[in-house]
Amino acid sequence: MPNPANGAVTKPLSGWRRLTNLGATAFAIAASVLVIVPLLAIFVYLLIKGFGALNWAFLTQTPKPVGEVGGGMANAIVGSALILGIASVIGIPIGIGCGVYLAEYARGRVGDFVRFTADVLNGVPSIVIGIAVYSLIVVRQKHFSAYSGGFALAIMMIPTVARATEEMLLMVPNNVREAALGLGIPKWRTTLSITLRTASAGVITGCMLAFARVAGETAPLLFTAFGNQFWNLNPNQPTAALPLQIFTYAISPFDEWHRQAWAGALILIIMIVVAVAAVRITTSRGSLKGAS
Amino acid sequence: MGVGIEVKGLNAWYGKNLSLKSIDMSVPANHVTAVIGPSGCGKSTFVRCLNRMHETIPDARAEGMVKVGDMEVYGPGQDPVEIRRRIGMVFQKPNPFPTMSIYDNVAAGLRLNGFRNRKQIDELVERSLKLAALWDEVKDTLHKKSGASLSGGQQQRLCIARSLAVEPEVLLMDEPASALDPISTSKIEELIFQLKQHYTVVIVTHNMQQAARVAEFTGFFLMGSLIEYDKTEKIFTTPADKRTEDYITGRFG
Repeated sequence: MPNPANGAVTKPLSGWRRLTNLGATAFAIAASVLVIVPLLAIFVYLLIKGFGALNWAFLTQTPKPVGEVGGGMANAIVGSALILGIASVIGIPIGIGCGVYLAEYARGRVGDFVRFTADVLNGVPSIVIGIAVYSLIVVRQKHFSAYSGGFALAIMMIPTVARATEEMLLMVPNNVREAALGLGIPKWRTTLSITLRTASAGVITGCMLAFARVAGETAPLLFTAFGNQFWNLNPNQPTAALPLQIFTYAISPFDEWHRQAWAGALILIIMIVVAVAAVRITTSRGSLKGAS
Repeated sequence: MGVGIEVKGLNAWYGKNLSLKSIDMSVPANHVTAVIGPSGCGKSTFVRCLNRMHETIPDARAEGMVKVGDMEVYGPGQDPVEIRRRIGMVFQKPNPFPTMSIYDNVAAGLRLNGFRNRKQIDELVERSLKLAALWDEVKDTLHKKSGASLSGGQQQRLCIARSLAVEPEVLLMDEPASALDPISTSKIEELIFQLKQHYTVVIVTHNMQQAARVAEFTGFFLMGSLIEYDKTEKIFTTPADKRTEDYITGRFG
């Protein structure tokens, strides 16, 4: 039987096809490199600029008054951890709950409405969220606090966590749910112990992305957590945060503060990397051979 | 021990689509009953109605009388969760819980129903895996390997063990071997033969030879109706209905 494509597969590639193949591969490689370059560049630049100002005092002392040399950002490091902790405690459970609702329970219009709202909330500029929390909490309480800062960041985390959770749950094959229901396991238990557990790796990634994103937020903290030059461990008081401290120091006219701003930025990145890595390691422990 | 199943006037819908029409069927205890028929005839829907899995599909519903032992499956106030505990189900595609170890897969039905006695769980897991003829192949890697790392045939036997661990009275199997190779299939068939000592088994199958091999009774479904239901031998040698004969001789379907 005559085959129109006869030999086309076994013939050596023509020059043109070779060339397009080469071009496409080169483009893909170049694009990948372009993705890596900015991160590496930022990190290397931070190391160069910030490493010099990084010392034990920077990690353990509070800021010194203008003109005095030394001091550090210990209060901002602790403050950031405090604010991010509050944000995670509020934002992650609500986000996961919302994602579970969207993937497992929502039908039709209600689900579409919640999904749409989450997407819009995701697009609201962070400064607007800061103002909203300012008028909702700070104005009423009549003082700034880590609570209000954490709350503002939590609002920013919720849509990211919710949508990531939803997508990951929808990737769990339906026959896994059926297997559990068929065993006489109630629906809520199935969702919690089977479906969510099966999707846990992806859900955790979603939470980490949300966490990393808000960790560097400055705008919503400007009029919520406000910042603080002194030690403060009371979450109901104005609290220092690394992004705020970096902002204040970077726009100041003092060289010493500029150096410290770079060091602060370096610490912020390291904190995010350490937090993400720690969660990854603790959650991947006890994973099984051949688990998918 | 297994119990019999009595079905009277069972109707099932997908949305407005009536897909099971007034089924009457009486399944004897401690026997294997096969349900055969062409694709889309309602045989899967039928077994999924027996343990109320049918209604887990959006817009699907069923009504009629189904009695398993002395339990009214569609009785008022019946909890479908409790019914599914007593009527186990094995699905077409092996569906182990992917993130759980072999042991945890088998123990899942017990633990997630609030069962806490470790020693008893240990015993039930071993007993179920032995019943499912999988114990010897996995006993050394119970906690180390995930259920998803097993071969397809092993996964299906794991799923059978998982169903048996909650000690059901009836085992429903929805084409349990259709995704498996011939060797795994024959293992599953042998297993079904063993299981009827303890359980009542209803098996949906596409494969008529399989029905002939494993089942004492066979029901033939066509377009949502039960056309004929009798001893397997009778169905395959001297069927009463012309449509049954056409189907088993391969004239359609």
